[in-house]
Amino acid sequence: MTGAPTTSDRPAGAGAPDAPVPAGPTGTGRLARILVYVAGRLATAALSLAAVVAAGFFLFRILPGDPVRAMTEGREVSAGQREELRRQFGLDRSLGEQFLDYASGLVRLDLGTSFQYREPVAELILDRLGPTLLLAGTGTVVAAALGLFLGARAGWRPGGRGDRVSTAVALFFWSVPTFWLGLLLIVVLASGRGFVPDLFPTGGMVDPDATGPWETGLSTARHMVLPVTTMVAVIYAQYLMIMRSSLMDEKGADYLTTARAKGLRDALVRRRHAVPNALLPTVTLVFLNLGQVVSGVILVETVFSWPGLGQLFYSGLRVPDLGLVQGLFVVFAASVILMNLLADLVYPLLDPRVRP
Amino acid sequence: MSFLPARRPSPRPADGPRPRRAPVGTPARRAAATGGALLLLAGTGPLPAAADDAGPDTMTIAVSQQVDSFNPFTAQLAVTTNILRHVYDSLVTVDPGTNEPAPALAQEWESSDDGLTWTFHLRDDVVFTDDEPLTADDVVWTFTTIMENEPAAIASGNYVAGFESVTAEDDRTVVVELDEPQATMASLDIPIVPRHVWEPILEEEGDAFADYTNEVFPVVGSGPFVLTEHDRGRHITLEANPGHWRGGPELDRVVLRYYSEKDAAVEALRSGEVSFVYELTDAQARSLEGARDIAVNIAEGKRFQAFTVNPGAETQDGEAFGDGHPALSDLTLRQAIVMAIDNDEIVDKAHNGQAVAAGGYIPPRYGDFHWSPEGPEEILAFDPEAANAMLDEAGYESGEDGVRVSPEGDRLELRLHAHADRPDNVQAALVIVERLADIGIEVENNTVDPGVLSDALHTGEYDLIFTGWTVNPDPDYVFSIHTCGALPVEPGTMQGDAYFCDEEYDDLYEAQLAEYDRAARAEIVHELQQVLYTEAVVNVLAYPNILEAYRTDHVTSLQVQPDPGGNIWGQDGYWAWWSAEPAAADEAAASSGPSSGAVWAVGGGAALLLVVGAVVLVLRRATAGDRE
Repeated sequence: MTGAPTTSDRPAGAGAPDAPVPAGPTGTGRLARILVYVAGRLATAALSLAAVVAAGFFLFRILPGDPVRAMTEGREVSAGQREELRRQFGLDRSLGEQFLDYASGLVRLDLGTSFQYREPVAELILDRLGPTLLLAGTGTVVAAALGLFLGARAGWRPGGRGDRVSTAVALFFWSVPTFWLGLLLIVVLASGRGFVPDLFPTGGMVDPDATGPWETGLSTARHMVLPVTTMVAVIYAQYLMIMRSSLMDEKGADYLTTARAKGLRDALVRRRHAVPNALLPTVTLVFLNLGQVVSGVILVETVFSWPGLGQLFYSGLRVPDLGLVQGLFVVFAASVILMNLLADLVYPLLDPRVRP
Repeated sequence: MSFLPARRPSPRPADGPRPRRAPVGTPARRAAATGGALLLLAGTGPLPAAADDAGPDTMTIAVSQQVDSFNPFTAQLAVTTNILRHVYDSLVTVDPGTNEPAPALAQEWESSDDGLTWTFHLRDDVVFTDDEPLTADDVVWTFTTIMENEPAAIASGNYVAGFESVTAEDDRTVVVELDEPQATMASLDIPIVPRHVWEPILEEEGDAFADYTNEVFPVVGSGPFVLTEHDRGRHITLEANPGHWRGGPELDRVVLRYYSEKDAAVEALRSGEVSFVYELTDAQARSLEGARDIAVNIAEGKRFQAFTVNPGAETQDGEAFGDGHPALSDLTLRQAIVMAIDNDEIVDKAHNGQAVAAGGYIPPRYGDFHWSPEGPEEILAFDPEAANAMLDEAGYESGEDGVRVSPEGDRLELRLHAHADRPDNVQAALVIVERLADIGIEVENNTVDPGVLSDALHTGEYDLIFTGWTVNPDPDYVFSIHTCGALPVEPGTMQGDAYFCDEEYDDLYEAQLAEYDRAARAEIVHELQQVLYTEAVVNVLAYPNILEAYRTDHVTSLQVQPDPGGNIWGQDGYWAWWSAEPAAADEAAASSGPSSGAVWAVGGGAALLLVVGAVVLVLRRATAGDRE
C-alpha cells in the first residue's frame, strides 16, 4: 500500500540527470521559467494527491469482509445492534454518497472517524505522529550517516577488502527480514536469555511508571535503541550503495586529478572534492526514501510495539477499520508526494545543471 | 468535559500502607538508566531518583487489542468489556467455582409464578467511587436507557430485547416485567452506571452519544478497580478501589501494556517487564515451561472449534441463494462426512494435543449444560468404513478417479474455507481433506483471510467452513443463532454461522428459554445439542485449551474460573485481578538481586555511546576537511 504514485520524473539516484545547459541569466525570462517550473510541480503534486484520495477510498472498499461483522464477531449481538452500527459508520448509504461525504470532509481537513476507536482519525494520527517521526527520523538520520560514510570509503577503493566486507555486510542486513531481525534482537538483548540479560526493554516507547522529563526522556532513549538499530541495519545499505556508485563515477573526474596534482593528500581529495559532488544524487534519494521508511516503520513498530502510525495502520487493517486505514493511506501518500515535491524544488538549488 | 463530579479515590486504605517491594528487573533497568544518564548527561543536569525501592504492587498484563471505547453502552471489543467488568458492577455475576449465577449488586432475586416478573433485591452498602450511593434508581436508569436509546443499545441491547418495563419499587428493589419468560435473566451481563454521571452526558451528547468514549479519568463506577489512565497504544492503568463492597483488591494497580506482537510479549514476560500473558500458542507456552519464576496455566477450553456444512442457504422466506453443493442437503452425506473425521486426530495434529476432542456443542467446563454423545447416542463416531457403506447404500457411486458422484449426478467435489490466521484451522483443514478423500470426497482447501471467509459464509458460497464460538456461562445465545429466526431476512444478513432451520430444534430452544429450573433446562439443552449433532450441519471438532502464563515472583493466588482447571484472562466477573496477591517482598528480592545485568547495561550503554560518538567525530572530520 506504499506504492503511491510519485511526481518525480527523474529515476531515483541514477546519477546526476542530464539537463539542458541553462540559458544565460536574462532577468524576467528566468523568473518566469522558475515560476512555471514550480507551478508545474505543484499542479502535479495536487493531481497525484487527488488520485490517491480516490484510489484509497475505493481500494479499501473492495477489501473482503464487513467491518461491522468483524467488530461484533463472537459477541452476542442482535440484528438491531448490527444495523445501528452500520448506520453509524455510514455503511448503509451508497458508495457514491459515502465518497462525496469523505471527499468534502477532506477539503475541511476532516479525515473522518475511526470505526473501532470512535475518534476522529486526524486526532488519532496526530497522537501517533510524534513517536513515528522520532523513530523514523532517528533511523533515517543514523542510516544515512552510516551509509554515506561507509559508502564513501567503499567507493574510493572499489574491489578492495574494505569495500567487499562493508558491501557484503550491508547487503546481508538489507536482505534480512525486518521482523525476524527485530525478534532476534529482542530475544538476545531484551528477554534475559542472551549473554546480556535484560539490557533493553522488549517493547513500547516508555515505562508506564516513568515520571518527569528526565526519567521519561531516558526511558524513551532506552526503548529506542533496538527499534532504531533494526531500522538502521535494514535500510543503511541503500545509502551505502548509492554513495559508493556515485563516488566511483566521480573518481575519474579531471578536477580530482587537478586536486591530486596540487599535492593534496588522498583522504583530503576524497573528503573535500569527491564526496561533496557525489552527495548530490543522494539528496534526492533521502527524500524519495520516505515511502520506504513508511513501510519499514510499520514492521518495526509492530515488532517493538512502538505506539506510532505503523502500529495504528496495522490495527486498522485487522478490522478493517475503513475510516482509519483510508485516512492513514492519504497521510502516508501525501507525505511521499510532499517529499517528492521538495526534492524537485530543492534539487535545482543544489545542482546548477538542472536549473530551469 | 470537566462537568463530571469525578473525584480521585483515595489510593490507599485508611489503615496504613502495605509493605512494598521492588518489581523484578527494576534494579537492572534503573541502573542502566542511571548509567546512561551519567554518561549522557554528566554535568548537565540533575539525575533521576535512582534505586528507589518503593513501588506500588502492580500486575502488568500484556495486551494487543486496542481499546474501542470505555463507554459501557457501546464498548464492543473483548479487551474493553474485560476492563469495564472491573470498573462497573453488574446485578448478578458468575460464581468462579461453578460457573453458575452468583450474587453481585443483587443479593437475591426471584421470579413470579408466570415467570414474567423478576424482582432483584439490591445490597445496601454499595457506593460509587465518587461516594454517591448506588440505588435501584441507577439500575432502572441504566436498563431503560438501553431500552429507549438506540446508540445506548449497541453493547447490551440483546439482553433487554424482551423487557417490557423496569421500575424501582423502592431504593433497594428493582422490578423487571418481561414479554415472555426468559431463563437468561440471572445472567444479565450489563454494567450498572451512576445515573448522576451519565444522565448529563446522554443529554449533552444527544445523537453523538455512540461516539462518546468516556475518557474522563478517574472513571466513576462501583467495581473493584478504578480506571485512571489511558495512554492510547501505550498502556491503560486501573487502580484498586479500596472501598469496594466485596473488599478492596490486594493489588494496588493493574497496568495493561501494549505488545502488538505476541512473541515479543512472551519475551517481556521472560524479562519480567510484564506479569501476565494470555492467548498463547502451544509453542509459546512450551517455551515458557520450566522457565524460572514463570507458571504456565493450561485451562480447559471456553470455545469450541467446529466446521459447518452448507445444507442449502435460504432466507427466512425460503428463497434459496448461494452456490453450495446440492448433495449436502442430504442428511446421509452430512453424517458420513462427520463419521469420516477423527476428532482425536484433529486434537493431535491441529492442536498439538492442547485441546479436548468434542462431540457436543457446549464445552465441558459448563458441567450441567455440557453434553457429549455416548452409548447408543453416539451414532456419528469415527468409522470411515461405515461411512463408505452408508454412501454406497445411498447411491453415491464411485467414479473412475475414486471420487463419488451423487445420485443426481453431481461429483462430490467440495470447497473448504479455513481461517488463514489460525494455525489450528490450517492444520485441521489438511486432516479433513485427507479423511474425506478416504470416503471418496474431493476437497478443495481454501485457506483464506477472515474477511474472505466471512463473505463466503454470508453469500452462501461455500460447502464446508470453519467456525468457532466462545461460550458464555449462559448458553442461550450460541443456541439462538441456529434457530430459523436467525436465517437471513435477505441474503447477507444471517445471524449465525450455518443455514440451519429445524422445527424440533426451534421448539426445544423456546422451551429452554422458558424453563427457570436449572436442572430441567439443562435437560433441554442436552436435547438441543443432540439435534445439532444428529443433523450434522454444525460439527464440533474440539475444545481448544486456553494457554496463559504469569510471573510467580510478581503475583500469586490468582483465582481461576472454573476452579479448578479454569482460565485467568477473560473471566465472567472480576475474580482473577481482584484475588491476585502481590508476591512476597523477600521472594522478589531473592530472585532479582543485583544481577550482572546492571554492569552489562552500563557497559552496553557506554559502548553504544562510543559508537555514536565515533560516528559524530568522523562526520565532523568529513566536514572539517572543507575547512582545511
